[in-house]
Amino acid sequence: MTRMTSTMRVKWCILRTSIEERLVYRADFAFATLVRFLPIVTQVFLWGAVYDATGPDDTKVINGYTFGDMVAYSLLVMVSRAFSSMPGLTTGIARDIRDGAVKKFLIQPIDLLDYLFWHRVAHKLVYYAVAFFPFVFVFWLCRDYFHAWPDSITFAGGLVSLLLAFVVGFLIESLMGLCAFWFLEVSSLVFVYMMLSYFLSGHMLPLDWLPEPYARGIQLLPFKYLAFVPAGILLGKYDHAQLMIELLQGFLWVIVLFALNRLALSRGLRRYSAYGG
Amino acid sequence: MAIIEVHQLAKHYQVFRKNAGWSASITGLFHREYHTVRAVKEVGFQIERGEMVAFLGPNGAGKTTTLKLLSGLIYPTSGTATVLGYIPWQRCNAYRKRFALVMGQKNQLWWDLPAQESFILHREIYDIEPVPFQRRLDELTDLLEVRQLIKQPVRELSLGERMRMELIASLLHSPEVLLLDEPTIGLDVVSQRKVQGFLRHYQAEQQMTVLLTSHYMKDVEALCRRAIIINEGEIKHDGPLADIVDRFSSVKQIHLQFAGNEIPVDLERYGKVIDQVPPRVKLEVPRQELPTILAALLDRYAIEDVGVQERPLEDAIAQLFSQKSSDQ
Repeated sequence: MTRMTSTMRVKWCILRTSIEERLVYRADFAFATLVRFLPIVTQVFLWGAVYDATGPDDTKVINGYTFGDMVAYSLLVMVSRAFSSMPGLTTGIARDIRDGAVKKFLIQPIDLLDYLFWHRVAHKLVYYAVAFFPFVFVFWLCRDYFHAWPDSITFAGGLVSLLLAFVVGFLIESLMGLCAFWFLEVSSLVFVYMMLSYFLSGHMLPLDWLPEPYARGIQLLPFKYLAFVPAGILLGKYDHAQLMIELLQGFLWVIVLFALNRLALSRGLRRYSAYGG
Repeated sequence: MAIIEVHQLAKHYQVFRKNAGWSASITGLFHREYHTVRAVKEVGFQIERGEMVAFLGPNGAGKTTTLKLLSGLIYPTSGTATVLGYIPWQRCNAYRKRFALVMGQKNQLWWDLPAQESFILHREIYDIEPVPFQRRLDELTDLLEVRQLIKQPVRELSLGERMRMELIASLLHSPEVLLLDEPTIGLDVVSQRKVQGFLRHYQAEQQMTVLLTSHYMKDVEALCRRAIIINEGEIKHDGPLADIVDRFSSVKQIHLQFAGNEIPVDLERYGKVIDQVPPRVKLEVPRQELPTILAALLDRYAIEDVGVQERPLEDAIAQLFSQKSSDQ
């Protein structure tokens, strides 16, 4: 019990200290937070142009999505990506491995992944606190594109899927960062991942637009939890039974990715040479 | 019982070797030549509780690699080591709560926050009760004269101030073993003396076991009685620091001040002139011939003041390193 309390106190202290650190560079932080809303404006214009090109009718449907559905989908994808994107996580881990800063996690009684997780939670909490009202404003502006408020089970499932998006996003990017124990430099890996995840997560296009058998294959990967699944749940595209299956499959991916992270960390530390003096 | 025990400890690295130029870079994409660097070669030593031992050697001798092994940062290629009864590279938390490693000045502190925040995080990580934590923090900040700086962001501190904060962070959990890698590197003389004085006082009070590497011999002379000298991965000397001068320096220095403003021109016949600012001269003479030469000088010249000194420690160590390197 005492040990558990002590562990929780460490996590809380990491979280609190990370929040304080995040608030140091106020101007940069506020700018970065607000600029993230720009892509949604361009996406609305882009989809507007696509739907206009297919005809003047406002009820025109492409692959089951009206223009309004596409705007609603894009907005929910933006929310999902606010949970699942981890800017700087992979490159930060790689830099710490390369320049030796990772050694503080080896000499202190603290776990590297645990520390990184709570550090990232802190970053996200500060981001949501600042971005909450801009998000509300954007959703209010686009309120006509949403058909109805989801029922309570679907809404709860949507919230769980957003948390899954955060955990899956964290575990994928930390796993890539840990590859630096072998490669030292992982920027190419990050570039490839960003390109692939933009497509495979459903950020670029809804995944149910893809033809078979590609759609079925992509649905088996963990990337859909980064954007497509949370957006789909909140748009009411899954019935309750499908929702539970999707969430269960997501939890299985968390277990697999967590195990891979642990394996990479333990193997990586064995070959670590403590560079940087 | 020894606190640090090292037996036949070795660490070998595979290092990529690349020639200069474009063609070598392109060849390196397909085929790379690796060679084995034997950073530490089957070294062995023991350190008792409360000892403060200097671990000396030229750059690349294997000092830092040995410290990394003892702190559990890296795995050995072969051999064994125990610190406080633990095998360091097993990295168990019980061991990590009982030792500290200070390596460089940007190690444990949060760069953008005041050091105070890092200290509070350390309190939680090391599970230190609030009252002893505050007592220790007050004591350490007073001893290192940084009490008023702990609320200032770390990035705004000078190198010397940052180093002192690093030392505080390392000592808050009262480690029984402290591994110090170049604690005064890059510091000005004032900061060097403050760190040195603090280490001497704190180690004596807490009876910590300390293994210190430093290229700054004033640190070593001020703090350590025993020195382990390592070169090219092998231990060359393990014993009292004073023995190094006796064992490896076959010369002594005579400091002379002549009457008047001139110095004699034929002093080379007595020994090697290593410095001269008329009317003062420093002569280096063979140790066993010292009485004869000193008598001859006093007999022949009008000398106002005379002194005999051991060769400085750094000179003896530098000679030791160069002798051993050229022997191989």
